[in-house]
Amino acid sequence: MDRNSPPVAAKGRFTLLDYLLFGIVIAFVFYAVYRVNDVLVYQWNWERVLGFLVKYDEESQSWVSNLLLQGLATTLRLAIWATLFATLVGVVMGYWRTCQNLTLRIIARCYVELIRNMPPVVFIFIFYFFVSSQIFPAMGIDSIDTQGEFAQSEVFYFLFGNPALFSNFLAGMICLALFEGAYITEIVRAGIQSTPTGQWEAARAIGLSHFNALRDVVIPQAIRKILPPLAGQFITLIKDSAIISLISIQELTFIATEVAASTTRVFETWILVGLMYFGLCYSFAVLFAYLEKRAKRSDR
Amino acid sequence: MPDVNSDLMTPISTTPLVEISGLCKWYGKFSALFDINLNVSRGEKVVVCGPSGSGKSTMIRCINQLEEHQAGRILVDGKEVKPGMKNIEDVRRDIGMVFQSFNLFPHMTVVDNLTIGPIRNKGISKSDATETAMHFLERVHISEQATKYPPQLSGGQQQRVAIARALCLKPKIMLFDEPTSALDPETIAGVLDVMIELADGGMTMICVTHEMGFARKVADRVVFMDHGEIVEIADPKSFFNNPQTDRSQLFLSQLLGH
Ligand SMILES: Nc1ncnc2c1ncn2[C@@H]1O[C@H](COP(=O)(O)OP(=O)(O)O)[C@@H](O)[C@H]1O
Ligand SMILES: [Mg+2]
Repeated sequence: MDRNSPPVAAKGRFTLLDYLLFGIVIAFVFYAVYRVNDVLVYQWNWERVLGFLVKYDEESQSWVSNLLLQGLATTLRLAIWATLFATLVGVVMGYWRTCQNLTLRIIARCYVELIRNMPPVVFIFIFYFFVSSQIFPAMGIDSIDTQGEFAQSEVFYFLFGNPALFSNFLAGMICLALFEGAYITEIVRAGIQSTPTGQWEAARAIGLSHFNALRDVVIPQAIRKILPPLAGQFITLIKDSAIISLISIQELTFIATEVAASTTRVFETWILVGLMYFGLCYSFAVLFAYLEKRAKRSDR
Repeated sequence: MPDVNSDLMTPISTTPLVEISGLCKWYGKFSALFDINLNVSRGEKVVVCGPSGSGKSTMIRCINQLEEHQAGRILVDGKEVKPGMKNIEDVRRDIGMVFQSFNLFPHMTVVDNLTIGPIRNKGISKSDATETAMHFLERVHISEQATKYPPQLSGGQQQRVAIARALCLKPKIMLFDEPTSALDPETIAGVLDVMIELADGGMTMICVTHEMGFARKVADRVVFMDHGEIVEIADPKSFFNNPQTDRSQLFLSQLLGH
């Protein structure tokens, strides 16, 4: 036997059973298509729906994004802002969950439990009406000048979308962020608590203060553990953002509802929108998996 | 220990470095330590032994307040150490501690593990701290590993780094909590050698260990604990050859049994 050529494992190859299972799945798909086409006699019409993705603009003589793509952009904007905001909330609350001060611990615990034990829709309805009818007017956000120079600039549009819908966008973003923040709080708490007590003890034993021990020893180790679940939570947030359509934020699901209604192509619209969500989420999943792998490789 | 030269010494150095009196500690209703009295003089080496769960770790961890005691007094270099004290960091700086499981910081290089303490709490510059660190890494015979990360080292090497990390603070006393118990047999000797060199250099040491060879060679006194109490204190020769209590006899026969 040659020591340098180990026997190849049979893993990863298709067996007869695999082919059989594949066959069954494919047969089922064909059957479903047959049912829809020939039994229900459904007339597929993708053209009208695809027209809401991109359209040919006669004026500028070019293809421009239409409602669905704009909705996707809004969803992405919402998700990114909400993740940033939710992370901020999550880090503070997650730290409060683990700190010595009882009051802070209770506040953070209440926040987490309140949100985790309520359907997101209910929370968002309550919170949205509270925020948009009480807080925003009090903060003067409603009276932001949507015609101002900054509001009309490209940068503003890139960051927040249509300035006319800004306060709407902001309210939706905050709802989403507070909702997801509760889950991030738990991720952060788990990260901080996952650092073995021995690390705390060693840090304290060499005379580091509580703050220094946290900053130099505990948090750097916690971050490595937190990043993968945080990335997963970002993808969850993209999907959860569909709920925001219920408070008339014009993101992908909201637009899809309108497109489905106006074209009456319900099937096509939702299949297309499903694929768009899938494409967005799966791209991020692949990206995060790649980054994680790279981080691990460069890890000692 | 009584010292014939004691009247030649300055008064400060005749006071014990560590004075423990009437120390008690409960975990909930469980009494982990009860009425511990122990004085450790400057330069003295004390070995603490006893069955698992007898309170050895708890006792030495009270000295630097990793555990808070509920009754009794602990004085380190004349200053009282007590729960909730404000400047506990000042006391800890004088007390080096080595743990059974090393507890090095895995995300920092060996050098950074050594310099973080002096930089953060003594306000020493990075270059000075690094110089000190390299000096102590040489003393524990491991300077060639300075830029590696702890998980890349063997257990014995990690423990020697941990000893160097404690020494970098120039402590007045070193506490060891079963420093060789988690090590592979072939790496134990290297760690014990470092500890013996440290003892020969005059360091005050309290070592929780069951390494009898080390105790015989280094210890001035052996403290035997059981059920949260000090049962026997003797010099190593008489403790190992002629234990005075039933409990220490039983413990030693079990220790030699395997
Ligand atoms: N954090 C703790 N909470 C409750 N009981 C503890 C804790 N730490 C130690 N004990 C108990 O105190 C006793 C003494 O523990 P320890 O000092 O670790 O013993 P030793 O180091 O001699 O093995 C043991 O019975 C142990 O179970
Ligand atoms: Mg112990």
